[in-house]
Amino acid sequence: MREVNFMQAFNEGMREEMHRDKTVFFMGEDVQLPVFGFALGLVDEFGPERIINTPLSEAGFVGAGVGAAAAGMRPVVDLSVFGFAYLAMDQIASEAAKMRYMFGGQVKIPLVICGIAGIMGSSAAHHSESPHGMFMNVPGLKIVAPSTPYDCKGLLKAAIRDDNPVLFFQFIQLGLLTGAIPDEDYIVPLGVADLKREGTDVTVVAIGPMVPKALTVAENLAKEGISLEVVDPRTLVPLDKPAICASVKKTGRLVIADEAPRTCGAAAEIAAVVVEDEDTFGYLDAPIQRVTRHHVPMPCSPVLERFVVPDEGRIEAAVRKVMGKS
Amino acid sequence: MAIDKDKLLELYTKMLLIRRFEERSADLLMAGEIPSGIHSSIGQEAVAVGVCANLRTDDCVSSTHRAHGHLIAKGGDIKLMMAELYCKRTGYCKGKGGSMHMADYSIGFIGACALVGGGLPVATGVALAAKLQGKDQVTVAFFGDGATNEGTFHESINLASIWNLPIVYVCENNMYAVTTPTSYSIPVKDVATRAVAYGIPGETVDGQDVLAVSAAAGTAVERARQGAGPSLLECKTYRYLGHFVSEEFLLGGKNYRTDDEINSWKARDAIALFGTKLMENGVLTKDKVASIEADIKAKVEDAVTFARQGPQPAPEEALEDLFV
Ligand SMILES: Cc1ncc(C[n+]2csc(CCOP(=O)(O)OP(=O)(O)O)c2C)c(N)n1
Ligand SMILES: [Mg+2]
Repeated sequence: MREVNFMQAFNEGMREEMHRDKTVFFMGEDVQLPVFGFALGLVDEFGPERIINTPLSEAGFVGAGVGAAAAGMRPVVDLSVFGFAYLAMDQIASEAAKMRYMFGGQVKIPLVICGIAGIMGSSAAHHSESPHGMFMNVPGLKIVAPSTPYDCKGLLKAAIRDDNPVLFFQFIQLGLLTGAIPDEDYIVPLGVADLKREGTDVTVVAIGPMVPKALTVAENLAKEGISLEVVDPRTLVPLDKPAICASVKKTGRLVIADEAPRTCGAAAEIAAVVVEDEDTFGYLDAPIQRVTRHHVPMPCSPVLERFVVPDEGRIEAAVRKVMGKS
Repeated sequence: MAIDKDKLLELYTKMLLIRRFEERSADLLMAGEIPSGIHSSIGQEAVAVGVCANLRTDDCVSSTHRAHGHLIAKGGDIKLMMAELYCKRTGYCKGKGGSMHMADYSIGFIGACALVGGGLPVATGVALAAKLQGKDQVTVAFFGDGATNEGTFHESINLASIWNLPIVYVCENNMYAVTTPTSYSIPVKDVATRAVAYGIPGETVDGQDVLAVSAAAGTAVERARQGAGPSLLECKTYRYLGHFVSEEFLLGGKNYRTDDEINSWKARDAIALFGTKLMENGVLTKDKVASIEADIKAKVEDAVTFARQGPQPAPEEALEDLFV
């Protein structure tokens, strides 16, 4: 085992898959001289034919990724910032997601689209998006939201080997988070949640950057004798419903923490899954609580940003509420 | 020189004000006083000033992530700008916008858009409204070379051409989009030639020569105002600093531009070139430069004081302004 940070884990996953499979290539803006560590040094190892710089043309190069995938390659397309996906929305939602189905299963689209999501700090409305939930509403897209270096590398490798379009969210707050990864090849399969902490009183389903925050709250509340179980879905599509329901059956109380906006987001979907499940519904001892970003664009001011972004305090308050101790 | 002396001095003063404002805000950013990132326009001042010299207050301007120069050139209030950089309630956008999203609707500055190319369709719509409302108002859309590879550039210009809209598209070609040179990303030598595909005039000018920019923009603005349709103006220029102020730090000092290249552009500094010209013509003297500098310094320091003293927004203000 070795300690690496989240960005290094992604980088290793890319390198290993590019060595393993010559059809894998990587493209995006400034990927040959990247600002962040995800693609650091890739061009030195694989050359400009496989680490391709693109002009500012998100609709064009994301769509080119779709076409290349349809034609037998395994592109990893880097949006740099996930908010830029909106420029490529048609290619993602109308082409990548729908081609296989529309064409009666004739074609497969083994494409990964990655990008930084989340809050960089005072980057304001255009550079602080966490749009994973929005894409859950599009049939045909798999969605990966890792929270640890181990999961990041393992899920990236699984995403690249998957024969479907996968959106891979690199939450920037986790970029320098370190964790242990094994030396040998491994993957983390899509659709399998991970119990990041076992507990008995309240289930906290936490997504991406909310996982470390939930773990901090769990640690603090343990001192008061409150036992939190932290479930990390790791992938939102496919969603590991059995794992989430099993945890809720055990604790009878559910808090869902997601840093995306509230309405129709991943947290709303997870809540719906739990209450729709006949087996699980009866186990609920309290109404479900969602902890999300306030439903506004991200303001630039640190004071305003702190207010909008869900923090440990809001997770803790939600836990106390479902325990009837608010 | 056909332009009168006061106008010449105004051009010079505005360029210098942009330079000093950008320098001071970059320092304050690095000192940790300004929270939001900054894309500095140092080196590109002649484009903003030369173009906006042709605009009336009711004319409109849309801008980009590199917006400070455009806003100052359009007549923006540097106190409100500095306060916005500090994300104070007293800033242009109450602390919600920061460096990349400033706007001043009272002077036709319809907003800076941090998504590259995002401002062009909006500016096109502002020009459409002017036409529908029968106003003789002109809109200018500023954008970089990188933006000309986005679909929005092509779609906007096509719309403006077929609808004959009163708009001028101004490309600040500083030869790079972050680390990517135009020699790689754009297959034609001059962005202006892209106008041919849309049947509108396209002109390339030296963006370090404020009078050349002003003259070319004047022609395009007048054409738009007369109802003769849109134009594309390409100004060749250069940013002296990194893509954003702290670039060195994030890119680990790796350079994608040579010192020779940077120095050759600095040798043709727009403010220095124009200053020399004005001195030769007797419009400017060393004393006059000193007094302009002192005046600008005082104004910039006033802006910093105003920004520092302004109140922080209250946290709950984050929930305001979503809907009318
Ligand atoms: C749609 C979109 N893609 C990518 C980015 C990231 N980005 C910000 S500025 C920039 C380069 C823009 O280059 P150019 O248009 O030439 O303007 P310049 O920075 O040179 O002034 C990039 C890639 C962005 N903000 N928006
Ligand atoms: Mg540029």
